[in-house]
Amino acid sequence: MHEMSLTESVVEILCEEGRRQGFARVKTVWLEIGTLSGVEPGAMEFCFDVVTRGTLAEGARLEIVRTPGQGWCLDCEKSVALVERFGACPECGGYKVQMTSGDEMRVKELEVE
Amino acid sequence: MDYGAGLAGVHVPGMSQERIVQIERDILSKNRSYAEENRGYFGRKGVLALNFVSSPGSGKTSLLVRAINDLKDKHAIAVIEGDQQTSNDAERIRATGAKAIQVNTGKGCHLDAHMVGHALETLDIADNSLLFVENVGNLVCPAAFDLGEAHKVVLLSTTEGEDKPAKYPDMFAAADLMLLNKSDLLPHLDFDVGACIAHALRVNPNLQTLIVSAKTGEGLAAFYAWVEARSNLARSDLARRKAEARKAG
Ligand SMILES: Nc1nc2c(ncn2[C@@H]2O[C@H](COP(=O)(O)OP(=O)(O)O)[C@@H](O)[C@H]2O)c(=O)[nH]1
Ligand SMILES: [Mg+2]
Ligand SMILES: [Zn+2]
Repeated sequence: MHEMSLTESVVEILCEEGRRQGFARVKTVWLEIGTLSGVEPGAMEFCFDVVTRGTLAEGARLEIVRTPGQGWCLDCEKSVALVERFGACPECGGYKVQMTSGDEMRVKELEVE
Repeated sequence: MDYGAGLAGVHVPGMSQERIVQIERDILSKNRSYAEENRGYFGRKGVLALNFVSSPGSGKTSLLVRAINDLKDKHAIAVIEGDQQTSNDAERIRATGAKAIQVNTGKGCHLDAHMVGHALETLDIADNSLLFVENVGNLVCPAAFDLGEAHKVVLLSTTEGEDKPAKYPDMFAAADLMLLNKSDLLPHLDFDVGACIAHALRVNPNLQTLIVSAKTGEGLAAFYAWVEARSNLARSDLARRKAEARKAG
């Protein structure tokens, strides 16, 4: 997928926050990446090492937290597990399921100095 | 939710200046703010911007060339061509007389709103015109990147599998119109149009579909009517804004 440009956006966010919150170095980055987001964590880790070179996050540790897929089934009127985007409800087999989580791509928090 | 041992809980700041900062920022928020700038620009100029997406070879460039030739007497048209390497497609577009700019994404598998914003600086689009953006041939990545367009138009050709909307649901969910291209080949294939549309409607109940051929022109009148209606909307917004400005000033 597009891990390279997503990682570039992460680094842009880090630089902006560094200016805003007054830190010069990032030691750890926690990302929340949903299992239905289509993002490959391994690829993101690889890109992160490359993209952070020469920035305030050079050498930082990347921690990726995965959130599981969930949806609301309109027919069952309850929350169900989703293993793929636009997948069927595991209980009734229907497709009236609205994804409620699993597509997150978020910078959660940082360890800085 | 449980973040395990990795998060703030275990960290002991001690004497150093180390600290934990909460960010909670969406990774795509940067792209989204660039996209909103582009959208504002289109709004101020009455431009209808369409983002064309498909697998490589579905016929985006062919369709654009034909559409430009058919519409250029009535509309000023500009094109942004996204491609990883070459500028062949921009040259095909320029042969029609339309303004075109090539954006090479290099390794990038999609256009993003920042690249489009840069392209707009050099393109100098006329008020009330049409902007066609041909995205990089890829049914996955461009779905996630809003460019500021009014609509995504997804092309699927009859030589591809009719289950593509099921395999690449995000793109079909993000689009407002699906053009089923290469209809001229249907007699020679066993492509099931009904099944294809059913797959697409399952992921996006609001998706409109038109069956077209960039080669023969079949079905394109309906596509042009779709464009016309939306261009009129963009233009009347601009006209209304100008009228309000005159009244106020
Ligand atoms: N038979 C047929 N061929 C088409 C049609 N549209 C495009 N093609 C052919 O499909 C190939 C790829 O077209 P192109 O416009 O470059 O696709 P793009 O990669 O999506 O821009 C070219 O050989 C075109 O001539 C069509 O409606 N019918
Ligand atoms: Mg092309
Ligand atoms: Zn259900």
